[in-house]
Amino acid sequence: MPRLLPYLLLLPATAFLCLFFLYPFVQVAHDSVMRNGVYTLENFSRMAGHWKFSTAFWNTMLLAAVVVPIQLAMALTMASIVTKLQRGRSSILYIFAIPLGISDLAAGLIWLSVFEQSGFLNSWLVGLGIVDQPILLLGYQNTWVIFIAIVLAEVWRATAIMMVILVAGMGLIPKEYGEAADVFGATRWQKFRRVTLPMLKPSLQTALILRVILAFEVFAVVVALGGTQLPVLMSETYHWQFAMQERGVAAAFAMVILGVSVAFTILILRLLHVPKGARV
Amino acid sequence: MAVIEIKQVAKSFGSFTALHSVDLTIADQEFMVLLGASGCGKTTLLRIIAGLETPTIGEVWIGGRRVDHLPPRERGIAMVFQNYAVFPHLTVFENIAFGLRMKKMDQAEVTRRVNRTAELMHIEQLLKRYSGELSGGQRQRVAVARALAMEPDVILMDEPLSNLDALLRLEMRAELKGVLAESNTTTIYVTHDQVEAMSLADRISVMNGGRIVQAANPVEVYRNPAARFVGSFIGNPPMNFLKAEPAGAGKWQVAGQVFDGPASAAAEFAIRPEDLHPAEAGLPAEVRVVEPLGPHTLVTASVAGQPFRAVLESNLLPAPGDVLHLAPVPDRIRWFDPATQSALR
Ligand SMILES: Nc1ncnc2c1ncn2[C@@H]1O[C@H](COP(=O)(O)OP(=O)(O)OP(=O)(O)O)[C@@H](O)[C@H]1O
Ligand SMILES: [Mg+2]
Repeated sequence: MPRLLPYLLLLPATAFLCLFFLYPFVQVAHDSVMRNGVYTLENFSRMAGHWKFSTAFWNTMLLAAVVVPIQLAMALTMASIVTKLQRGRSSILYIFAIPLGISDLAAGLIWLSVFEQSGFLNSWLVGLGIVDQPILLLGYQNTWVIFIAIVLAEVWRATAIMMVILVAGMGLIPKEYGEAADVFGATRWQKFRRVTLPMLKPSLQTALILRVILAFEVFAVVVALGGTQLPVLMSETYHWQFAMQERGVAAAFAMVILGVSVAFTILILRLLHVPKGARV
Repeated sequence: MAVIEIKQVAKSFGSFTALHSVDLTIADQEFMVLLGASGCGKTTLLRIIAGLETPTIGEVWIGGRRVDHLPPRERGIAMVFQNYAVFPHLTVFENIAFGLRMKKMDQAEVTRRVNRTAELMHIEQLLKRYSGELSGGQRQRVAVARALAMEPDVILMDEPLSNLDALLRLEMRAELKGVLAESNTTTIYVTHDQVEAMSLADRISVMNGGRIVQAANPVEVYRNPAARFVGSFIGNPPMNFLKAEPAGAGKWQVAGQVFDGPASAAAEFAIRPEDLHPAEAGLPAEVRVVEPLGPHTLVTASVAGQPFRAVLESNLLPAPGDVLHLAPVPDRIRWFDPATQSALR
């Protein structure tokens, strides 16, 4: 019996997951290939055939491709600094973690109040005499400003989660390895590149997977700042589900997001694989 | 050319003082062994020389350059860590090559040096493995090879052979002595093993409670301990100490026997266990335990109520309860000041 005990203990959680996660998931997967009561791929072809699909797809990819590397670089830098602190480490972690407590919609609204026509940025620009009157920053003529605003909001909002994971990971690396690197002539950069980074791989995996998946699901910030100016996969899913009442196409979008997330998760796991025997 | 000078170095961790004003000069290409009980500050001293710890006060000079403000990589040293610190994410080959890679040495030279040092440490068949796939002793040899491959001016070794079996240790000891003598390296070597210390050292520094008690060549340290601690720490079994009563100018009475000694107010008599032989008249030793060790017999006894050991010829097998009369070799008798614990001449 003791051998079965762990499974028994996991049973409630597993049942919960099956009921509230696996079942809806199967439902969505099913919806995506079902139209008017027959199995078909038409949902997917309608999705792909719509002129906004490829824009939404590439916007999502581009956002992830810009946001995640910036966040990674910043989180690594901040984590390295925080790890070296002798004192005040937890207070600083708390401060950095504040944006984590803010929902993505709220974050979008906060940055909207910066960028909108009557926002802070405009009042500063006018106040400094750089422009004569407030300008429409988030308009359809300059989607790149919307893009930058979204990037800023995302970086501001979700870098801390990566940093917290990386700080924990760096804390797990015994300091003797850094000392050995010092003694054997490594510069700061070499130490980071040749010792810290490779030994941080497990935490990097976690942080990147979490962040990349969240980046593919970017939604509220985009809608708050860009409305429909900058379609992304999630906003299209929402649009098809609620505005167009096309459940099947929305499900197809959801499957695309899932597919991309799974593909990138596998890629990250592969790229940051730690061979057996090479673990700390 | 790398003379190491340690000038009045002290180190405190909070209110605890790990090193009290250490002064030590190690000559170019000298093999210096640090010997002392666990917790006496050997690793701390080594880490200060390496630059991993900053001295609370004092100066460290290497090769005529003051280095105590320089980072480790600018000190021209290599180190074998007590806990090895072999990188888990690199193969044995890349571990040994680590320092060379940092210097951007060309691949052919890296391969040559890695192969040579790996062969020396008998780990050439392990080069492709990760450290997680090695035994403790193998990992330790990787740590030694990594330091040797640097061919540094100064090599610091913190108990580099502690985890090897007796036979391998003997072999590695000889190999190390060979390579380090060939190269122009100045070595500081920490060990608990007295035999290792004796066999390797040009000089031994005996440490106790954060101080260097004596720094001298092995024979001197063994024969003429500068302090009672040195005599009691070095030698297996260690030196015997007996109370002495004054018996006229320069004469001392020890367990009923009178010996010539120093002209001081008080003194303690000391003799090494192997410098005793049975005689008609000698220190009366009541035998407690007899241990035949092959080449010798180790006798644990009590002399005038004080513990006393003697290493005698193996054909002598006294029984517990016997009283032996043990005569010390006259020129091997040493005297210590009971107040200061230092040697009296
Ligand atoms: N970072 C530290 N903080 C506080 N105390 C320390 C620290 N490092 C060492 N010590 C103390 O300093 C003393 C000397 O330590 P050290 O490691 O130098 O001993 P050692 O001679 O190398 O001992 P061993 O033979 O067991 O390795 C010990 O009492 C230890 O507890
Ligand atoms: Mg030590």
